[in-house]
Amino acid sequence: MNPLAALGGLGRAVLSMLANFGKVGLFALDAISHIFRPPYYPREFAVALMNVGWLSLPVVGLTAIFTGGALALQIYAGGARFNAEAVVPQIVAIGMVRELGPVLVGLMIAARVTSSIAAEIATMKVTEQIDALVTLSTHPMKYLTAPRVLAALITVPLLVGIGDIIGIAGGYVVATQNLGFNAATYLQNTVNFLETKDIVSSLVKGAAFGLIAAIMGCYSGMNSGRGAQGVGRATKSSVESAAIMILAANFILTGVFFSV
Amino acid sequence: MIRMENVAKAFGDNQVLQSMSLEIPKGTSMVIIGGSGTGKSVALKCILGLIKPDSGMIYVNGKDAAKGDRDKFLARFGMLFQGAALFDSLPVWQNVSFRLLRGPLKRPAEYAREIAIEKLRRVGLKSDVADRFPSELSGGMQKRVGLARAIAAEPEIIFFDEPTTGLDPIMSGVINDLIREIVTEMGATAMTITHDMSSVRAIADNVAMLHGGVIQWTGPVSQMDASGDPYVEQFISGSAEGPIEAVR
Repeated sequence: MNPLAALGGLGRAVLSMLANFGKVGLFALDAISHIFRPPYYPREFAVALMNVGWLSLPVVGLTAIFTGGALALQIYAGGARFNAEAVVPQIVAIGMVRELGPVLVGLMIAARVTSSIAAEIATMKVTEQIDALVTLSTHPMKYLTAPRVLAALITVPLLVGIGDIIGIAGGYVVATQNLGFNAATYLQNTVNFLETKDIVSSLVKGAAFGLIAAIMGCYSGMNSGRGAQGVGRATKSSVESAAIMILAANFILTGVFFSV
Repeated sequence: MIRMENVAKAFGDNQVLQSMSLEIPKGTSMVIIGGSGTGKSVALKCILGLIKPDSGMIYVNGKDAAKGDRDKFLARFGMLFQGAALFDSLPVWQNVSFRLLRGPLKRPAEYAREIAIEKLRRVGLKSDVADRFPSELSGGMQKRVGLARAIAAEPEIIFFDEPTTGLDPIMSGVINDLIREIVTEMGATAMTITHDMSSVRAIADNVAMLHGGVIQWTGPVSQMDASGDPYVEQFISGSAEGPIEAVR
């Protein structure tokens, strides 16, 4: 294979990726600007709050409780190698609040909410419902995107907070029921070890991941191709890109909050 | 009046509209005919601003359609989409009175519902349809709901995109008659795109034949059969022989 051709291909791929980043960035700025500019659509916002927040609670709760429980078991088994079993409450708390809570909730939201937003908007696009909105003097960014983005921005940090608590509770149940920890001491150690910064970082990550999840869903939906295949591609690419961007944002935010 | 002057639009290498010019006098019903993929829908979407033309001008009542207040401009239009394009998440009555429930034309919900039911009756649907969702309706009923939505705010210009596609001949006849009645009754300017000749004869005052990105022939529907234009003649006869290639 000609090395110059391969290099050219790589260059084109990088340029295309950068162009896509630029498009997503401009779309995000446009979407956020519409949150602050009337007209507002309270009904659509309420529906989005329900879909993004309330209906995500079961999946977030189940993910968090099993992860917290598994984390307690792992830390206990790992800690036993150097007689550090007692750190289970502290590590479960810090692990859930700083990392696992926000990341797992973010990924669950990407799977559940981003995909559903992308599929819904893409279907609206291929069935000309978006064109119909325009002809009915309704801006699709205001009617479809702004309510979903705002709802995700508000509810995902709350979901992360709830996920953190449920995850810690999962660890608590396993530690006190299976591993012989004293309940009061476990709670005391958890509360004493956590700092305000840990909780703030968790909630900020939640807001960032919510924003990413909603923006990627809306962007992919609005830019979907034609037909069932277009909807399928939009849905798939929305989840992939949201998941990768959430993990990248997590790395950056962790660096911002906790770099030494 | 709607006037298109040398409107051109390409998608990549595909030059859909070359230099389309057309006039639709106020209060008349223009039907654009032409084969699939000849740019009929593109022309209509260019007028509405859903697609930006590469060149050319479009005037509505003498004013440049690309300039001025967009909401005010669109408030003058009603549109029936090919697949009805009803909003799945809303019940039928909220689809019909969508414009009356939000934005500058906002009215109280009870009033908007009354208007929706009245418009549904106008298109031959009973009031019990109002609370159903679009997915619970047949294709013909969806088209009628789409028609009710198009006329709900009593627009001065109404567009119909393939209004009878996918419907049986009886339902097509019902929709055609409804469109003709409504356009006459409201005194609206209408533009319909179709390749269904029975629709053309039922709806049109004037007909324009679009092919190769330009208007090949335009004139009153009464002169269509004797137009002498080879494109129109081939289209009416449905023959594979003629200037329009059967395989495109």
